[in-house]
Amino acid sequence: MVPESVKVVVAGGFGAGKTTLVGSVSEIAPMTTEELLTSASVGVDDLAGVERKTTTTVAMDFGRITINQQIVLYLFGTPGQDRFWFMWNELAQGALGAIVLVDTRRLEASFASIDFFERRGMPFVIAVNCFDGGCQHSVAEIRQALAVADEVPFILCDARSRESAKLALIKLLQHAMSRLPPAPVLA
Amino acid sequence: MARRGTPMADLGSEWVDDAAGPLVRPYTLTGGRTRPMHSRLDVATQVVAAESGLDPMELGPEHRKIITLCHHPLSVAEVASYTRVPLGVARVLLDDLINRGDIVVGTPTRHEGGPDRDLLQAILDGIRAI
Repeated sequence: MVPESVKVVVAGGFGAGKTTLVGSVSEIAPMTTEELLTSASVGVDDLAGVERKTTTTVAMDFGRITINQQIVLYLFGTPGQDRFWFMWNELAQGALGAIVLVDTRRLEASFASIDFFERRGMPFVIAVNCFDGGCQHSVAEIRQALAVADEVPFILCDARSRESAKLALIKLLQHAMSRLPPAPVLA
Repeated sequence: MARRGTPMADLGSEWVDDAAGPLVRPYTLTGGRTRPMHSRLDVATQVVAAESGLDPMELGPEHRKIITLCHHPLSVAEVASYTRVPLGVARVLLDDLINRGDIVVGTPTRHEGGPDRDLLQAILDGIRAI
């Protein structure tokens, strides 16, 4: 039997701790996969021009958690640079939701991720990475600065901690479930 | 990564910089094809080897490597990573193997309109248990 796979996207600015968070909860050491920009933009008939193109490589880190025999969860870190938005679409397609890692010293680095998931209507949680005593602001202050809806869960976390990463996932799943239509009442 | 305007002589190598790409062009492995013909393979889709009854020696080394790797179910992203090819190349190679029956694909994601409650609950229970 082939298991079903589910995805969670881990987003946030460059250096916010995405790969660290993936690694702290993954059962495998974080792996990297690459996509070539040309593979997304060049059709089969366009190969004549390929030798003139510069090949741009987009790298994504990912980890995996075997939930049970039927389900495997993958955590995909988004490529950090904004020019790789096309990969974000692919990662977000069919994903359960996203964890947006926020570094309070570079709050603005998370704005693009938040915009992206809001626009897609995808459930997401904000995980404020408080490594190195980096959290000098209250959750209320950060929430206000990020201007996200009240129902978006916030957690203070240490991306290096497995328990923190688990908590971020648990909050995300609970949030995703809270957005489902109510379960039908059995007569 | 080479920067525009950087003299080639400053790049550390006289005739091959990073922008030249790998020495074997990745899409050489796929005969120039950049998209799979049939299957819709997500980065997380699970693939596993199956018994096609066809002779694996008809295949190239990358194809055979994938069959060996997929003795246990793996995601498309893991296959790409282990075979050290870009995702797009892995998709085309996997597509060949799916068409031959050497590889079968798991449920892509059963939820077009989003995951259902049972699935989310099962994942929640699983996360709590790790």
